[in-house]
Amino acid sequence: MKVNCHQVSKLFKSRNGDILALENMSFQTEEQEFLCIVGPSGCGKTTLLRIIAGLLQPTNGKISYEGTRAQDGPATALVFQEHGVFPWMNVMDNVCFGLETRGVTKRDRYRAAMPLIEKMGLAAFIKNYPHQLSSGMKQRVGLARALVSGADILLMDEPFAALDAQMRLILQEQLLNIHREYHKSVIYVTHDIEEAILLGDRIIVMTARPGRIKAEIKVNLNRPRNVNGQNASEFIKMKTEIWGKIKEEVERGMEPTSR
Amino acid sequence: MKALLALKRVRREIWISLLSAAFLIAMWEAAVDLDWVKSAFLPSPSTIAGQTIALTASGELPRHLSITLGRMFAGLFAGSIAGLIVGLAMGWSKTIRAILDPLVSLIYPLPKIALLPLIILLVGIGEGPIILIIALGAFFPVLVNCVAGVANIDPIYFDVAHNYGASKFKTFTKVVLPGSLPVALAGFRLALGMSLLLAVVVELSIGTKGLGAMLWLSWQTFRIERIYVAIVVIAILGLLLNWLLGLASKRLVPWREAR
Repeated sequence: MKVNCHQVSKLFKSRNGDILALENMSFQTEEQEFLCIVGPSGCGKTTLLRIIAGLLQPTNGKISYEGTRAQDGPATALVFQEHGVFPWMNVMDNVCFGLETRGVTKRDRYRAAMPLIEKMGLAAFIKNYPHQLSSGMKQRVGLARALVSGADILLMDEPFAALDAQMRLILQEQLLNIHREYHKSVIYVTHDIEEAILLGDRIIVMTARPGRIKAEIKVNLNRPRNVNGQNASEFIKMKTEIWGKIKEEVERGMEPTSR
Repeated sequence: MKALLALKRVRREIWISLLSAAFLIAMWEAAVDLDWVKSAFLPSPSTIAGQTIALTASGELPRHLSITLGRMFAGLFAGSIAGLIVGLAMGWSKTIRAILDPLVSLIYPLPKIALLPLIILLVGIGEGPIILIIALGAFFPVLVNCVAGVANIDPIYFDVAHNYGASKFKTFTKVVLPGSLPVALAGFRLALGMSLLLAVVVELSIGTKGLGAMLWLSWQTFRIERIYVAIVVIAILGLLLNWLLGLASKRLVPWREAR
């Protein structure tokens, strides 16, 4: 499935004045594309993702989907940061949550989830509660939950930001494998340029608030990729280019606003 | 290894506590036996224990105890269940909260025992007003903690439920109920203490049976030893109920981190 984001704007009204978070964002994803969105903090990346997920309504514009759904289930599934897993459910019930909301019976849920749980190395922990898991494992539970739900498009909001550097590398590689194996589209929000180049087919650079599209960059690194490719000259060239664009925006965001 | 050391530490602390209690009782016994205090005002622990056994054997103490326990639990459960229902409804629906908030804010801080004459006036005498007062006392702590419990649920869990298409019912059973349970249980613990307090106080003032009544009648007939028996039994009852609730809490909230 493809996501079509058509002239989306979002205005937050507040007592201290209105804040235009997004202005005229338009883009479309391709089938099974890995799209990364980078931008300075506060540029509305998360707002955009929440609008695509249906958790927020855009002030203007609309989100539509094209193509046929591979399975029944929701079109999109959000992967939150690690605290998105329910502390009161064990690993199995967390992973199966997307099936449970659709009324799938317990037996069928467990049967559907087990292969993925094994693949993600969680099989020994299905009866454990999240507080007994490391943050890397919690994030894998969140990822497994999104995959099991059958959504075609995974929406990820800096899912690995809270992890330590080593765990992040491991999960990035796992995500690359999953993207290849399960034929999902991914929209991935991050402020980490290297992560965006490593994972993405295409990178959208956003401006400082109000968030608009500043640049679109195609990542022409070959797949399958792994985390060892980060020293290639092409990688470094791309990183310099993107950082140049973001730096402008970060600096612009730091200027005192004349209001 | 670490767990073993921690266990040893806990054991050591338990021993110290037991020794401290034994020392206090021994000092008390000695103070009475050596005539440092008048045994008519402060009977020795052994006298109180003997009196407790005698009253238990005669069936008098068990009768009072069972009457107090019966009233207490009837009021506690009626009040708690009502508090749970109204509290969760108020926590979940802003409209319901707005409607009931003035009434709750008005009655919550009022010592419920002050309503006793009014309640007798409205309900008549007998078991009705006693149980109603206890139920009122249990109702408010459970209600207030349920409201707080729902309010304290991280909004991210509602986002997750919404994103995975959970129905209102599923959101209630899978997010609202378990998410508010730890705080609601803290409310139930307060309600437990409140119901024991109110049971004794109401029996003291209008009862003819029950531990509170036994206490008051013993005072009026100047049977000091019986006063002590009643006090000791009430104290042990409070201790025991709190301990049992602590055990039950651990079963009901297995996702709580061990402290």
